[in-house]
Amino acid sequence: MAKEDYEAVIGLEVHAELSTKTKIFCSCKTTYGGAPNTQVCPVCMAMPGALPTLNEKVVEYAVKAGLATNCTISQDSKNDRKNYFYPDTPRAYQISQYDKPLCEHGYIEIEDDDGNKKKIGITRIHIEDDAGKLNHDEFGGGTLVDFNRAGVPLIEIVSEPDIATAGEAEKYLKKLKSILEYIEVSDCKMQEGSFRADVNVSVHKKGEPFGTRTESKNMNSFRSIVREIDYEIERQIDIIENGGTVTQDTLRWDDVSGKTFVMRTKENADDYRYFPEPDLVAIKLSTEYIENVKKSLPELPESRYERYLNEYKLSEKDAKILVSSKYLSNLFEEAGKICGNYKSVSNWIISDILRILNEKEMEANQIPFEAKYLANLVNLIDKGTISSKIAKDVLEEMFENPREPEEIIKEKGWIQISDEGEIKKIVQEILEANPQSVADYKAGKDRALGFLVGQAMKATKGKANPQMLNKMFIENM
Amino acid sequence: MNITDLTVHELQEKLKNKELTVTEITEAYCNRIEEKEKDIDSFNTTYLDEARNQAKEIQEKINNGEIIGDYAGIPIGIKDNICVKGTRTTCSSKMLENFIAPYSATVAEKLNAENIITLGKTNMDEFAMGTSTENSAFKITKNPWDLTRVPGGSSGGSAAAVAANLVPWALGSDTGGSIRQPASLCGIVGLKPTYGLVSRYGLIAYASSLDQIGVLTKDVRDSAKLLTLIAGKDEKDSTSEDKGNINYEDCLKNDVKGLKIALPKEFFGEGLDKEVKDKLYEAAEIYKKLGAEVEEISVDIEKYVLATYYIIADAEASSNLGRFDGIRYGHRTNEYSNIEEIFKKSRSEGFGDEVKRRIIFGTYVLSSGYYDAYYKKAQKLRTYISNEFNKAFEKYDIILMPTSPTTAFKIGEKSGDPMQLYLADIDTVSVNVAGLPGISIPCGVDSKGLPVGMQLIGNKFQEETILNAAYTFEQEYKFREKYKPQAINKSKILI
Repeated sequence: MAKEDYEAVIGLEVHAELSTKTKIFCSCKTTYGGAPNTQVCPVCMAMPGALPTLNEKVVEYAVKAGLATNCTISQDSKNDRKNYFYPDTPRAYQISQYDKPLCEHGYIEIEDDDGNKKKIGITRIHIEDDAGKLNHDEFGGGTLVDFNRAGVPLIEIVSEPDIATAGEAEKYLKKLKSILEYIEVSDCKMQEGSFRADVNVSVHKKGEPFGTRTESKNMNSFRSIVREIDYEIERQIDIIENGGTVTQDTLRWDDVSGKTFVMRTKENADDYRYFPEPDLVAIKLSTEYIENVKKSLPELPESRYERYLNEYKLSEKDAKILVSSKYLSNLFEEAGKICGNYKSVSNWIISDILRILNEKEMEANQIPFEAKYLANLVNLIDKGTISSKIAKDVLEEMFENPREPEEIIKEKGWIQISDEGEIKKIVQEILEANPQSVADYKAGKDRALGFLVGQAMKATKGKANPQMLNKMFIENM
Repeated sequence: MNITDLTVHELQEKLKNKELTVTEITEAYCNRIEEKEKDIDSFNTTYLDEARNQAKEIQEKINNGEIIGDYAGIPIGIKDNICVKGTRTTCSSKMLENFIAPYSATVAEKLNAENIITLGKTNMDEFAMGTSTENSAFKITKNPWDLTRVPGGSSGGSAAAVAANLVPWALGSDTGGSIRQPASLCGIVGLKPTYGLVSRYGLIAYASSLDQIGVLTKDVRDSAKLLTLIAGKDEKDSTSEDKGNINYEDCLKNDVKGLKIALPKEFFGEGLDKEVKDKLYEAAEIYKKLGAEVEEISVDIEKYVLATYYIIADAEASSNLGRFDGIRYGHRTNEYSNIEEIFKKSRSEGFGDEVKRRIIFGTYVLSSGYYDAYYKKAQKLRTYISNEFNKAFEKYDIILMPTSPTTAFKIGEKSGDPMQLYLADIDTVSVNVAGLPGISIPCGVDSKGLPVGMQLIGNKFQEETILNAAYTFEQEYKFREKYKPQAINKSKILI
């Protein structure tokens, strides 16, 4: 049989760190990157006798995430213990939620590979605490545990197995990430592991029941996830085609070799012995509370998209790109508001900022400058102070060393030449040096004008006002 | 006057009248401990030098006219599963033999704020698992009434220390009877408050949904006093409840007229020592004489309580004790080649047999495939047991029953037979399962001269009702005037 005869079923479990100031069960700070074991207390170190207390912000953020993903919010929820031994898990149990998660039965909408709308179901969203971090051989041999991350709040978002391809998985994850960023419950910094996914994949022949699934844990790059899914689909089909059976394994994806490796087989799976956490009381939420959280939600991407089309007359394509990220969308709106030229701001983001981000392998949340710098850059172009060409260099410089564009221009001596006398002088020089082009132009070859303007720009290192050059060349020929 | 014979309220009276000083009181107790502790073995750690220094400082403040509260300079013993910052807190386990608590339990903070002086940390069954204190990894505490007998457990060190006048009062913890049963066996008063009345923050957990810190005292008034000091909502314990500031001394009315007392017949049947039963019926008669209404009723829970209790307690314990993994604190094995070995060997070496037995049992009942048959069923029975109590409390104010089916048994008599020891819990565990308050007070001695305890159980947060009933009986019966633990006092002759 051919690959086309198979279908893949993909389910994703996303762990997102919530951006609360303090941990889920104590008042330690959640800041990333502190010196090891400086953000700890008896509770998150699981000292004997210490008890957890639930951070209400965590519940609020999880409810926000639930509402933004069309979930039903459970008014009667609770915490459960998930028991297992591991050095980074100080209590030897994680406090999670088992049979009564905070949010259930949601969905988010994506486009499938053919561009059709598709709903991906969300089974549940629950709250739990993160574990500490093992440092292997980092501090002079042996393994040491840093408990700063222990107790940082997480939400786990479990999708239905509605995803059919790596492309859909990527779109789902990007959409989910963007929603969490919009509602400001997680900064979703994948490089810091604050947005990571467990990827479940199975394949089956069309018309037959689902196959056995494998799971790859803690994946934190879209690219790896896409590669892993494609690899797994192919690997599993090969196994079946060769008469073998897929085993229910936990896998580890290796980015270098582009392969998955078995970490644990089903036989060795932990029995987590879930039971209700007796140290915490049940979570009861009133309808009024849920309504208030709902009211506090900011404008979501769908609504922004409509507004960009109607208010700012952006193209569907541009609007879609902008709303795909809260950071781009906010940058667009803030800069547009300051300079008034939304269209131009949109163009700069989509053509140049995205290109630079791509080149630098950065994410939108890593744009180092403020919206007002971008607004001022657009202003400087509109006023004719600098050319678009110079503006590109200014933008590059804003990434390198973020400061006001005017400052950059002054420092670099990049102010546009718009003095009529000066321009005239340049035009004359170029005309004298290129008689052939003048002749060509007069013979009706319009391209010659472009060449002459180009020469003038070259001579002025791009500082001459291009509109004025154009005008003056025509007048003088 | 023998200072160490006095109750706390008597000490307070004498401090107020300047008949005694703080330094005299502390000195008397330190001397008594230095003299008698070797016969009783009630402490894992004592802080006598520190106590003497602290007493001096407090006395100076008093002399300078500084107001430092009614309890300043009163000594106390604290069970060794309650964290006191900077002190060894061992749970009587090799696992925590050298563990110095880096923080204080909320109750310890409260005592500290009153300038109460901690004389030491008292012995217990390892991780509070036991009914005889024989499960301590360090020593066997003796019953001051008969040094060949157990003091009960798991708060056996606290109970024996109070009974032997080594401390005027003590803190304990009660998960299935661990305050009331040793209080009963040592002839003192032991109160387990309603679940949620006293903060558990800093109490090293055995079974979180059953554990409760409580008091062991010489008389009921002292219990009311100490409860007043430690009760209250704590932000650090979500399961603690806010009942306002109650002074539990105010409820001691010495009057039980019209009080409705129920005797659950199931707990007076087979397995109850005849002499204990007789003493309890005598006590019931005394209540009648004092104007209470006493009736026998049926509370049909007796055949379920032990199974329910041990499934829930051990399940929670198996999880609570997971943190003792040799990574951050506690015992770590000397030789290991991987992480699995650190876990296995550290825990195998650090825990005693009974603790291991309960961890294994608890792990089993939570395992997939067995959860529904055991843990879930036990939760259903827990609701059933609570409902049975609720039914009784619709009609009655108090349930009167034995604290322990027997008086103190011999050291070693049951230690080889866990089932025998579990049966010793039959009268106490249901109170924890239902989260109710219970008090044990002495109501006589048997033919061997060993104290018999009577248990009074109230509805949730009805501590005032049981304290008043206990107080009224105590005023009438005058146990402390009639009986004294002879063994510990006779032992003086041997020295």
